[in-house]
Amino acid sequence: MSHQTQFTALVDWLQGAIGRQERFTLSYNAEASDFIRFNHGKVRQAGHVQQASVYFKLIEDARHADLNLTLSGDEAVDRQRLGEALHQLRETLTLLPVDPYLLLNDEAWQSSNVLDVPLPDSAHVVEQIAQLSEGLDLVGIYAAGPIYRGFASSNGARGWHQANSFNFDWSLFHQNGQAVKANYAGHEWNDEVFSKRFALAREQLAFLGQPSHTLAPGQYRAYLAPAALEEVLGMLCWGGFSAQSLADKTSPLQRLYDGQASLNPLVSLDEQVSGSLSPAFSSEGYPRSDLSLVVAGAAKDRLIDSRSAAEYDLTANGAGWGESPSALNMHGGSLALDDVLKELGTGLYISNLWYLNFSDRAAGRITGMTRFATFWVEDGKIEAPVSTMRFDDSIFSLLGGALEQLTTERELILSASTYSQRQTASNLLPGALLSRLTLTL
Amino acid sequence: MFDFSAQLKQRFAALQSSAQFFSLRYVKQTSQHLSVRKNVPEPPQLSIDEGAMLTVRINGVEAYAATNDISQRGLQAALEQAEIQARQLAPHSLLDLREHVVATSRADYLSPNLSNAFPSLGECYALLGSESASVPRDERLVNWQVSLGLENVEQIYLNSAGAEIRQAQRFVFPGLSVTAYDGQDSQTRSLGRENFGQQGSAEVIASCGIIGAAANVADQALQLIMAPNTPTGPRDLLLTPDQMTLQIHESIGHPLELDRILGDERNYAGTSFVKTSDFGSLQYGSKLLNVTFDPEIPEQLASYGYDDDGTQASKQFLIRDGVLERPLGGALSQYRSGMEGVANSRASSWNRAPIDRMANLNIEPGDQTMQQLIGGIEHGILMSTNRSWSIDDARNKFQFGCEWGQLIENGELKGVVKNPNYRAISAQFWRNLSAVGDASTFKVLGTPNCGKGEPNQVIRVGHASPACVFANVDVFGGDA
Repeated sequence: MSHQTQFTALVDWLQGAIGRQERFTLSYNAEASDFIRFNHGKVRQAGHVQQASVYFKLIEDARHADLNLTLSGDEAVDRQRLGEALHQLRETLTLLPVDPYLLLNDEAWQSSNVLDVPLPDSAHVVEQIAQLSEGLDLVGIYAAGPIYRGFASSNGARGWHQANSFNFDWSLFHQNGQAVKANYAGHEWNDEVFSKRFALAREQLAFLGQPSHTLAPGQYRAYLAPAALEEVLGMLCWGGFSAQSLADKTSPLQRLYDGQASLNPLVSLDEQVSGSLSPAFSSEGYPRSDLSLVVAGAAKDRLIDSRSAAEYDLTANGAGWGESPSALNMHGGSLALDDVLKELGTGLYISNLWYLNFSDRAAGRITGMTRFATFWVEDGKIEAPVSTMRFDDSIFSLLGGALEQLTTERELILSASTYSQRQTASNLLPGALLSRLTLTL
Repeated sequence: MFDFSAQLKQRFAALQSSAQFFSLRYVKQTSQHLSVRKNVPEPPQLSIDEGAMLTVRINGVEAYAATNDISQRGLQAALEQAEIQARQLAPHSLLDLREHVVATSRADYLSPNLSNAFPSLGECYALLGSESASVPRDERLVNWQVSLGLENVEQIYLNSAGAEIRQAQRFVFPGLSVTAYDGQDSQTRSLGRENFGQQGSAEVIASCGIIGAAANVADQALQLIMAPNTPTGPRDLLLTPDQMTLQIHESIGHPLELDRILGDERNYAGTSFVKTSDFGSLQYGSKLLNVTFDPEIPEQLASYGYDDDGTQASKQFLIRDGVLERPLGGALSQYRSGMEGVANSRASSWNRAPIDRMANLNIEPGDQTMQQLIGGIEHGILMSTNRSWSIDDARNKFQFGCEWGQLIENGELKGVVKNPNYRAISAQFWRNLSAVGDASTFKVLGTPNCGKGEPNQVIRVGHASPACVFANVDVFGGDA
């Protein structure tokens, strides 16, 4: 029985099991994934994970409770588990007061998206990786398989999202400890495309063999490649656009949304769900809208889930857990990729940043490390790799006064995150040329 | 407790396999997360998660398959899936595990007070509501939240060599936070949350200290909003245990994980500035530094009898009198490296394979009271409660931030300062450890959120520590 058929059968059963005054929402998450880890160009650990669960919300008389339930895949067993969950939630509701911030979507919306291009056998992929990495110190992970997301409500809303995908996230290490990071991800594995990506990483590795350049703390011109800019923007996703964080005054973009500060007019950020890899509906049952979060450096939309909508008298727009973006799209600029080094002149070419956090959240000040393939550039030419450095700077400088140009070309970065389950988030980002980046350690 | 044990053993016994060795690790976790925010109870978040991981070893190559289908048919299918993968990938395997000794123990382990009933959901909400209502009315207090997490975990490990290890644990995570805002800056003060958790029953809620604490936490948030920024420059740094937790975790725990040192994590969590050749000789810290892997403090988050590969856990010194002795490496890493380690092969759940993790990583108490620690500082600062952490992939250059700062001048605590941050380099920082608090300053803490591994895993780790003083550290404040 297919996942969609299993889910539909459970929804139908639940529809018949609830009482007249009861309502429910049920969201579905499942995957069947190969996870193959590599170290030193060999398979370090290999496995397969098959999992499925439903997130079940029961509502009665403005009281509600949620239960996340692992399914077995066996119809009878899962029906029994769902029945027990229904019983547990009914008992729980009797202990709860009315929730003033419960806001349900009554619309019977319908959504379906199925991308089932076959993936290659993992053994084939491993064979190709092994051939290409012969003699190289490769470390990373290949994750692949189908992902399923579903939603149903007692009001008749139905959503289904299913996609086969792969994500090979890897690094090549030089014997001096320097490394280049690379990624190949998508829905259709292509041996030739992968070989080209691998060759590019291998070329970059050659640059890392030179003696590293040591920098003193201070301010430097810098180019942030899309993967590095993604880390900076990732910090803004920690409540930056969240309606609740903005209302609670804990957003790192509080000053932007309060009109006390602005970003560079080059900065425009969208939550572009349509056409992305994320489901077109949230787990609480709202179709997700495309949103303009920042337009020409000024705040516009915020991400609003149903609870925030009820509490702050706003309109829910399908924001998911934590009201964080999952398909961030930054508009490109006018800098050609081929001109990056020339325009940088003398400064840092930063491929990746790592382990960012706030130095002063209210002021939008962040800190983090360079990691993987950071180069010192002089007069438009790569001179040497740079040893790991810490930066500490303000968002309102990095994406404000210090932002000189954005690249025209943008890179689609698919999330390699696998906490609990494989994620579907993605970002479409340019690179950013900065007149100054403050290094501190 | 262990209701499924007999049935699982029957199913395991009926499994058909041609593997030289295979194991099954079954995990069932039920959890409940409750929260009251600004006096409004949020809907309870409940969870029931259950599944099993089958691992096989064929001609020295291991592979696993994790499944949500724990029927006889489902377990057999997972076992066969693992067998196929082990055979397919054998030509490319990094490790030959033919000589790797497997677990054979048979034992049970239970959290303390597991038989004591935990307060009902209604009683929990009443407690949270009462504490939330204790936050004073002040228009500058813009948000507050009181929460209580409860996780019950049963794990059963069986293998073809006869091991049978059953562990039942209950984890409790209380928390309280209050945010103050003055129209320009916001400051949050908290208790518990990501900095606290213990095994046990209702006594953990009291042990965290949230009962009756809301008014004081709110007052401290208001003090912070009115406080000046932390001054910039070198000072002696007194860290209380709720910041020592993070300090130990990031700059001792992660660098000593043997799988990082062996390179497994270089693509994600990172590597380590420590080399295998450093063990036995590296002066990691001052002579006051004594660090232990200690699974024997019953209430601590990562106390257990056996790790997830079935190795019996016992207390071991990792750093003694400042000298590095032993890594955080489980049986597999020990086999790979030829080094002695600890029982720290751990998985976040049934759907993730065990890897080297911190468990309980503690600093042993010294001989000074808090008054003596403060009294010994001429020009310094006290910092409490972690709120920001950043460290390089080799776990060397770090910058950490706290919620609460208080200057120390001439042996006395002075004014409160906000946005207290400090930065240093691990390899030097611990050598500047100049005083260690005694047992009266020692607290058993931990965090539910340590991330690592590919595929990614979040796991509970325990850290217990006295307050400690570090000489001559670069401290600084924020921009607000």
